[in-house]
Amino acid sequence: MSATVTAEQVEARVLDALVTFGADADVVSRDATWEQLEVDSLDLVELAQVVEEEYGVEITSQDMQNLLTVGHVVDLVVERAA
Amino acid sequence: MTRAVAITGVGAVTPLGVGARTLHERWTAGRSGIEDGVGRCAEFDPTAVLSAKEARRADRCTQLALSAAAEALADAGWEDGGPYDPDRVGTVIGTGIGGITTLVTNQDVLRERGADKVSPLGIPLMMANAPAGAVSMKHGLRGPSYGTVSACAAGSHAIGAALRMVQYGEADAVVCGGSEAALVELSIASFAALDATSTTGISRPFDALRDGFVMGEGAGILVLERADLAEARGARILGELAGYASTSDAHHITAPHPDGEGAARAIALALRDAGLSPEDVDYVNAHGTSTPLNDKAETMALKRALGEHAGRIPISSTKSAIGHLLGAAGAVEAVATVLALRDRVAPPTLNYLQPDPELDLDYVGEGTRPLDVNGRAPVAISDSFGFGGHNAVLVLRGTTT
Repeated sequence: MSATVTAEQVEARVLDALVTFGADADVVSRDATWEQLEVDSLDLVELAQVVEEEYGVEITSQDMQNLLTVGHVVDLVVERAA
Repeated sequence: MTRAVAITGVGAVTPLGVGARTLHERWTAGRSGIEDGVGRCAEFDPTAVLSAKEARRADRCTQLALSAAAEALADAGWEDGGPYDPDRVGTVIGTGIGGITTLVTNQDVLRERGADKVSPLGIPLMMANAPAGAVSMKHGLRGPSYGTVSACAAGSHAIGAALRMVQYGEADAVVCGGSEAALVELSIASFAALDATSTTGISRPFDALRDGFVMGEGAGILVLERADLAEARGARILGELAGYASTSDAHHITAPHPDGEGAARAIALALRDAGLSPEDVDYVNAHGTSTPLNDKAETMALKRALGEHAGRIPISSTKSAIGHLLGAAGAVEAVATVLALRDRVAPPTLNYLQPDPELDLDYVGEGTRPLDVNGRAPVAISDSFGFGGHNAVLVLRGTTT
């Protein structure tokens, strides 16, 4: 959507969203897996809504099956927003 | 022979505060939880009992149920998963309306921002079985679990269904009750449109000036256990759920049968279920909504079912202090009744100041009334009636000491 979208910005936004969903703020990180964060499929639908709202990037439930960590989501968003 | 079923724990969140004892102590002290014509659980803080994720995944009606259930289980002395095989523990929790805050919030999102912005949590939070599902999940209770839906009788129906579950041998224990959090503009306006709610904002059951109910929110939960198993584990027994019955008016969508026919049958059947007669009843915790129709029909029902003895039983309405908790009402009132029987006291009907000449039973007004039971285990009726013509009646018995 915009050339100014940086990985740092996206990561900060995604981590913030996950904490809002109830993930432990001390555990969230770029490398954390959904399992470690106790993030389930409902959280991921909400995360996709946040990402679309903020960056205009659509992440489908099929995409999500290949996204296993925070970093995977961040990279995909940055790639598609570019 | 029917199995006896013990009440071993109670929990509540009500407009009088957090906790079953708080409800009992403040109600018997004559305090009201109604402010500005609404009974709100102002002291309830969901994060005190729930993690951020649990709170976020629960409509307020489920949050209230989770809080009351945690209290009831702790009160029953259940720790580390409880004393029974979790496969043998059920969960039955009623609600009148369910997660209506979630519903109206997501409706706004749909209208203002579009269908693809609606939360995936919309349905799982608004569904009327959510309180039962959440309590089952939180405590790992893997026996039967479901919600009951019968408007303002839902809490009593849940407790009655739980009683049968234990009596029939389907479960050794059941966590049961009701929950409601419907203080949103839509339901407030809808009840007002029905002329069901008070325009003065005063809950005064059985009083001549009563003009409708005051809406309230909250939850009440009881832990029922097979009495022999509860005794074997050395549980502190609060009382016994001695009987239950439910009937239907088959009369009108909102109005009770004018003679209280269906309600009277439910009261008589519940007493028979308990193996008791009208003379055994020491206290009635009335539905007593403060609507002109209910309080009259309920009075007629009590007279019809209990005969001459009806006039000798002290009657009070919890709704005078907390308002009408709809699907939670019967459960919160059962909790209040258990503690009233424990203390051998009939709590007050607040604002009962001007008797209605048509209503001639012994309504306890300001102040409490001691129950004179001569060392017997005191017996109480707690009745509930819901839109749709649903009647559910519980018979509760205190302990002898």
